[in-house]
Amino acid sequence: MGALGIALVVLMVAGAIFADLLSLYEPDRISPRDRFSAPSMEHFLGTDHLGRDLFARVLHGGRIALSVALSSILISLIIGVALGLVAGYGPRRLDNLMLLLLDSIKSFPTVMLALALVTLFGPSLTVVMVVVVLVTMPGYARIIRTQTLALKESEFVTAAISLGAGTPRILRVHIMPNVIGPLLILASMDIPVVIAIEAGMSFLGLGVRPPTPSWGAILNDGYAAIRESPWIVVAGGLPIIITTLGFTFLGETLRDVFDPRLDTRR
Amino acid sequence: MAMFMLFCMIYLIPGDPAAVALGPRATEAMREALHIKMGLDRPVWVQFLNFFTDAWTGDLGREVLSDRPVLDVVMEQLPHTLILIAGGIGWSVALGIPLGAWAALKRGSPAERIIGIASVAVIAIPSFVIAIYALLVFAVHLRWLPAIGAGEPGDFKDQAMHLILPSLAVGLGWVGYIARMVRASMLEVLEATHIRTARAFGLPERMITYRYALTIAILPTVTLLGVGIGHMLSSAVFAEIVFARPGVGKLVYDAILTRNYPLVTGGVLVTTVLFVLINLFADLVVGSLDPRVRSRF
Amino acid sequence: MSLPTVNLLTIRDLNVRFATERGELHALRDVGLDIGKERIVGIVGESGCGKSTLINAILGLLANNGRIDGGRILFNGRDLTRLDPKSMQALRGIEIATVFQDPMGALNPVISVGRQMRNIQYRSSLRNKEKDARSVAMLQRVRIPDAKQALHRFPHEFSGGMKQRIAIAMALMMEPALLIADEPTTALDATLEVATIDLLKDLQAGIGCSVLFISHHLGVIAELCDEVVVMYAGEVVERGSTSQVFNHPNHPYTARLLECDPARQAKRTRLLPTIPGEIPDLRHRPPGCIFASRCADHRSACQAPPPEIEVDNGHFARCIHARHHDENSRSRRP
Repeated sequence: MGALGIALVVLMVAGAIFADLLSLYEPDRISPRDRFSAPSMEHFLGTDHLGRDLFARVLHGGRIALSVALSSILISLIIGVALGLVAGYGPRRLDNLMLLLLDSIKSFPTVMLALALVTLFGPSLTVVMVVVVLVTMPGYARIIRTQTLALKESEFVTAAISLGAGTPRILRVHIMPNVIGPLLILASMDIPVVIAIEAGMSFLGLGVRPPTPSWGAILNDGYAAIRESPWIVVAGGLPIIITTLGFTFLGETLRDVFDPRLDTRR
Repeated sequence: MAMFMLFCMIYLIPGDPAAVALGPRATEAMREALHIKMGLDRPVWVQFLNFFTDAWTGDLGREVLSDRPVLDVVMEQLPHTLILIAGGIGWSVALGIPLGAWAALKRGSPAERIIGIASVAVIAIPSFVIAIYALLVFAVHLRWLPAIGAGEPGDFKDQAMHLILPSLAVGLGWVGYIARMVRASMLEVLEATHIRTARAFGLPERMITYRYALTIAILPTVTLLGVGIGHMLSSAVFAEIVFARPGVGKLVYDAILTRNYPLVTGGVLVTTVLFVLINLFADLVVGSLDPRVRSRF
Repeated sequence: MSLPTVNLLTIRDLNVRFATERGELHALRDVGLDIGKERIVGIVGESGCGKSTLINAILGLLANNGRIDGGRILFNGRDLTRLDPKSMQALRGIEIATVFQDPMGALNPVISVGRQMRNIQYRSSLRNKEKDARSVAMLQRVRIPDAKQALHRFPHEFSGGMKQRIAIAMALMMEPALLIADEPTTALDATLEVATIDLLKDLQAGIGCSVLFISHHLGVIAELCDEVVVMYAGEVVERGSTSQVFNHPNHPYTARLLECDPARQAKRTRLLPTIPGEIPDLRHRPPGCIFASRCADHRSACQAPPPEIEVDNGHFARCIHARHHDENSRSRRP
């Protein structure tokens, strides 16, 4: 399962990185003559309603999906770690407040959160990233908080405090190295979730703006023509399936190898 | 808490809802009138208080386009969404429990491995992709099942046929979750002393598996489904849009596209409250199923 | 040797092996014992000495990685090691019943007591009403108050002692020929322990069954059992009547075990005596005497497997130092 996961992930990441080299066409090049052409040697995955080459769009869409996933998870990690440390290491009252905040964010169904935010700010890539941060961040904050609470009481931290180490040093030297493993495993398992959120919102027309290539947007284009040109939705869905499967298999394997105790249920 | 956040959202919405609702040709007087009607002319804290008290009494305001009460419009669509989610639960339980139990009983076999990998796979793949592919394969290509709508009102068979694919899209991921959970808890239960005792009493293996072990192994499913229903609510939104089914998800989505804000807030509020209630209900159901918990009520 | 006709259960040269990730584990070696009709036989030994494996081997419930590697388990003349699973299942619960150690976990938590008792009688042709009546009668015999109502209750509604009595009632419901009791009183406190032992004794006399009673509590064994089997590291090191074994221990392990019994301490002390050393790794079982590594008396002759020596009528010890009772009176050991 792990090997398959790595293979799928490498396939998609390489496709995204070398998108320009691999595709024969510009992803945005409109060619009315080639509208709705079925997959062929010329267009591996066919073309869409504007005659754009779907293979090129899928590869470039991978850039959007992966960069959104990585950057928003990074932001989410930074905020989550900060909040988690404050909640775990800070005063009790702050901890309670933080828990209330995290729980109330989680009490919204994801799609409703996304729809509400789009209503607020209009559709954009930024909103997608905000949704991702709101959905994933509580998990990171929680794991950091729990670990910090446990470590705070441990002997080596007490020893460090008694030796006069300051709070930043304790957090950096003693707490962070101990929480980084489970945190990264959790984050790696969030990648497919994030890719699904981006693609889902783009599919609803609430994510990236056209003509930016995005897998979800390709699905949206193809949905309108699903009877006549089914290859468009096939082209939009396949990379989503491959990427989410690849990262999930990889994440599951990582978790089994490094931390068998981490719960899979979210 | 959720209500507070909702209010903040509406209040922060850029632009004037009245202006959006009335369109570009509205006169200043018309806008003023709608403002007063929507209570937008009053100070913020009054609006805030009004929203709260109104929401508490079940008054979510009026929808902008047809001027009908928001609650009525939302409640009209709610049954469709609930039926869809019920269908999703149906799929996930009907497939997940047998698969999970089977995997536990065939421990170490290829069947167990395949079920394990398939469970991870269906959990990973986003439900809207499953919905679109199911639509493509079974409705468009094979033409086995209808593609769009909820079926003729009153025609039960037609409605059921229309439910199969969307509810599969909603429930398939949870087949994976339930199969994994049932497998794990079944393996745990089969190790228990009372199962050993049952064997020592010479009870038939079938009775031990189904009456003594499985009844315990499936108890956590109910709690899991409590969590799952919230997620299925998300999947239901996509399924309603992909299969063009009526429902709260499609209602809210269409309301966003037409900037019909009272409807958006109403829909989100109702679903969020529903979500919380469902979780509570799931806990109560667990209580009524497990005699160990039941006695505490 | 005792006459096989009066024995209900005869075990000879029983070997059990488990396949583990780190090599094969020889859990039982050449185990032999006899249980006479209507006799109560106790098995003593530290945890890990193979008591539970022995029970599972008798019941045909060894874990999947375990197998019987030679030997016979004769029950009423039938060799259980050669019985197919179906006939074995037919035997369990009817002719051989079992009470396990943990009363909290021994009953199914989500099925009512009455239903579980009815399920045990699934092979009987009685109607449900009659089955329930039998259940009530059985519960009354183990002194469960308000037995009729108890049928509708769930295990968690009973105390630990009551649960254990219900488990005993279930085990004896089909009036088995052999009751296996696996440390049935270990989880109970002292008063309950005495009451449960008395109850078992009464029921045994009433039903006329044999009992294989497993415990590490020597006092309970002395109180209850006619005969004792001492097990160490998967071997029977000594067996005989309770008075023979307790009064004239012939195996050094038995002797040390008796010395370590807190109830036999003459003086109040905070330090209980222990046997130095530890049980050998059963993956690499020494070919000779299993106790040699911890024995104060070991010789070079102990490197060879010791014979089972009959020291008195029906009293056996697996030690080269063992002597027949008459010689034993001029013993080398104080």
